[in-house]
Amino acid sequence: MTGFFDYGLPLVGFLLQLSVVFCAVYRKEFLRYLPLNIYMLISASVGCGLYVCMQRFGVTSQEYFYAYYTADLLLCVAMYSVVIHLYRHTLGDTNVERYIRGGAFLLLALTCLFSYLAVRHSEGKLTARFASELEQNLNFVGVVLTYMLWGAIMKRRETRTRLVQLVLAVGIYFSAIAATYAVRGLFPQMEGSNLWLWAPPVIGLWVPAASCYAFLSVQNEARLTMSHMAVPAQVSAQVSAQ
Amino acid sequence: MMAALICVFSVAAFVQFFFSYCRSMIAFSASVALSDNVREFAGMRVRSVAADDFDRFLQLLRLCPDLDADKKEIRAVGAYYSTVNFLSRAFRKAVPNVAAWAERERQNCSYFAAVVLDRRIAQSRDLCLQEVSASL
Repeated sequence: MTGFFDYGLPLVGFLLQLSVVFCAVYRKEFLRYLPLNIYMLISASVGCGLYVCMQRFGVTSQEYFYAYYTADLLLCVAMYSVVIHLYRHTLGDTNVERYIRGGAFLLLALTCLFSYLAVRHSEGKLTARFASELEQNLNFVGVVLTYMLWGAIMKRRETRTRLVQLVLAVGIYFSAIAATYAVRGLFPQMEGSNLWLWAPPVIGLWVPAASCYAFLSVQNEARLTMSHMAVPAQVSAQVSAQ
Repeated sequence: MMAALICVFSVAAFVQFFFSYCRSMIAFSASVALSDNVREFAGMRVRSVAADDFDRFLQLLRLCPDLDADKKEIRAVGAYYSTVNFLSRAFRKAVPNVAAWAERERQNCSYFAAVVLDRRIAQSRDLCLQEVSASL
């Protein structure tokens, strides 16, 4: 089983990421969803780079340790830019559009500052701690931003099926990964267990898989009826509270 | 405290996103009218599709030739149907609103399965016609 998680999982991820880019080109949507495609290309390159690093230096080496955390942080920032791009898609025809980029940079800078303040008194491996803290904070910021974006989509009655599905896919990814890190923080005694070790890479497969589906199965002009989309808030609140 | 808050918010958001994602997959079928072929094939006596019909439609789908295009959709909607079924059973007594909502969702899932079945029947007939005309 370890063999599959060590080699099979990254390979599946790599193939899915390349498939997304291929499908986007095939559907002539590569430029429209450029940040998503760049994210997929960076993910695929990072996967190859980490594999080479693991083979050359070993999984327990300092080099692999720093490469892993740096790559993870890079991917997190790339995913953050995907959310901001989806904002621009959704709110592109409003007055808010020109403030989105500035607001995103400001939020990113504030999250960096907050993360630095949280780890500045830590001893040893400060860079890795900062990277890990920033990644967790960015994941949570991602959940909040995607939730707000989903609210905007519902309010504006956005009907572009592919855009809606991509926003929801990113939302599922961010909320799952943020919940995983939060549970890990709540139960530190389970830190070394396989579940916590492999949950993030497994969740990481979701965005490429859902993006592939969105590009392959949904036609460019497909539209949704928004009345079919809203989940009653009372229902989701009751379910999550239980 | 902070981790617990993040956890609760993230899980609540996850539930909302997951349900909406599944609904986006079945939303297209709501605007498609069922043909008489599928009603005849499935032995439907009434016009509307019942919430409990999902499994029966899935069994009928297995009788038709497989189409790669809709396999993943059926699997995802099947997972959604099972989740809604579970929620319906778990919260039926405690939260009546959930039961009513779940009934509607299960009906939407069944209607989705009926639309897919209809599509497969139409494609199977086209294939048969093509083979017959090719052999003539």
